Amino acid sequence: MLDADFFRRWMTATAASVDREAERLTALDSAIGDADHGSNLQRGFTAVAAALDKEAPQTPGAVLILAGRQLISTVGGASGPLYGTLLRRTGKALGDATEVGAAQLAEALRAGVDGVMALGGAAPGDKTMIDALVPAVDALGTGFTAARTAAEEGAQATTPLQARKGRASYLGERSIGHQDPGATSSALLIAALADTAEADGE
Amino acid sequence: MRMLINVPETVVADALRGMAAAYPDLNVDVENRVIVRRDAPVAGQVALVSGGGSGHEPLHGGFVGPGMLSAACPGEVFTSPVPDQMARAAAAVDSGAGVLFIVKNYTGDVLNFDMAAELAEDEGISVAKVLVNDDVAVTDSLYTAGRRGTGATLFVEKIAGAAAAEGQPLERVEAVGRQVNENSRSFGVALSACTTPAKGSPTFDLPDGELELGIGIHGEPGRERRPMMTSGEIADFAVNAVLEDMPPRNPVLVLVNGMGATPLLELFGFNAEVQRVLRERGVAVARTLVGNYVTSLDMAGASVTLCQADEELLRLWDAPVRTPALRWGM
Repeated sequence: MLDADFFRRWMTATAASVDREAERLTALDSAIGDADHGSNLQRGFTAVAAALDKEAPQTPGAVLILAGRQLISTVGGASGPLYGTLLRRTGKALGDATEVGAAQLAEALRAGVDGVMALGGAAPGDKTMIDALVPAVDALGTGFTAARTAAEEGAQATTPLQARKGRASYLGERSIGHQDPGATSSALLIAALADTAEADGE
Repeated sequence: MRMLINVPETVVADALRGMAAAYPDLNVDVENRVIVRRDAPVAGQVALVSGGGSGHEPLHGGFVGPGMLSAACPGEVFTSPVPDQMARAAAAVDSGAGVLFIVKNYTGDVLNFDMAAELAEDEGISVAKVLVNDDVAVTDSLYTAGRRGTGATLFVEKIAGAAAAEGQPLERVEAVGRQVNENSRSFGVALSACTTPAKGSPTFDLPDGELELGIGIHGEPGRERRPMMTSGEIADFAVNAVLEDMPPRNPVLVLVNGMGATPLLELFGFNAEVQRVLRERGVAVARTLVGNYVTSLDMAGASVTLCQADEELLRLWDAPVRTPALRWGM
């Protein structure tokens, strides 16, 4: 079972991973966007880690709701509201439980991803974070490791796609041939989840 | 790349401190990133709040003052501000007559302003929104995020600001803002990419002897790359792109806007060519503004915005304004 501390460590692991990969995210964003995805998420997840340290929420749901609220208040751009909504919706779907199972997390994460699709209007294949998140949630039933692989493959599979949402869509066909930065950072979030679970022997 | 900064992390805060020192008419909250005209809220007047990523200066903070914006919310460089900023700004400037959000059509700006509108409405503030989407280089279709907001933002903020200053009600100020946007189109070209402080190197690679046609204001590459053209050829291309999209009925307001690194000497020369093309196409010009207003950091290049102005819009354009970047009649 996964408790509040597990979710806190997931967020901290995401912050560390975003820190390590910030330059790569920004480089990907510079090819088809505006060269700030890495630094924006870095600022956001640093604030998330600090807030979780300070407030120490007691349930998995509360951890994700606090994390989502921090992202909305610190990131800006499209990624702030989108990642913030992902975590907040997932957290709300987890309710007040002090411990949740993997299946419950998978179901909650699906609610979070649905929230992102509703807010941003993106569907699978539009070359967005959805292309990593949807396969990850589908695979989560099989296990955390499968989810990580699915997210990474989903992110890589955005390379030949033409962007239909967000700033990359202005490029039309010139967006083809570049991996989507949002899908890439979504894969980092899922990889951090799998790392945290594996470290726990889940 | 050499930049006149301390460290990339503090460029926005440093600029806000400098603005505060330069413009005592503005109340600059550096910590919360809100720029408010000092006499706000103004009784009986609708308040205008805009904002967006930094890097487009003087947009938006330079347009805060009587006759234009009541408040501006600068985000990180090229990143929309967060909802808390606009909600705070709305609370600071609302006189009870309501607040108009002026939002450039980018996914991030739209999402954050929508969330801010919800927060402000929870506090009992009436909020309306005008979306600016004037860039003809982007096809407005299901397959893009829609047209970008660029140079027309200045026209919307000035003209809606004049309507608000006259005491017109929120629905009217909103309608004026929409009318300006619907009657405005822009097209931009880049002669160089720009460099964000966080990245420190150009956002795209533009070989010598080439230019980008149809760029936005965030260092994103344009729609098409061509061998370098003369000022006259660029004016032909840009003005025709605009006129193809919006056959002119009324005399137009013209904005010849620099992207940040193009000298005024070149901008004035470019304006001469823009006016030549308009003359050849039989388009009457009512007013012209030349300068760096909606910029993209250190990008070289320019954009042309045309706004078809009926007599009422022209009257509101001519109305007094007193802001750091636009000032006449008072």
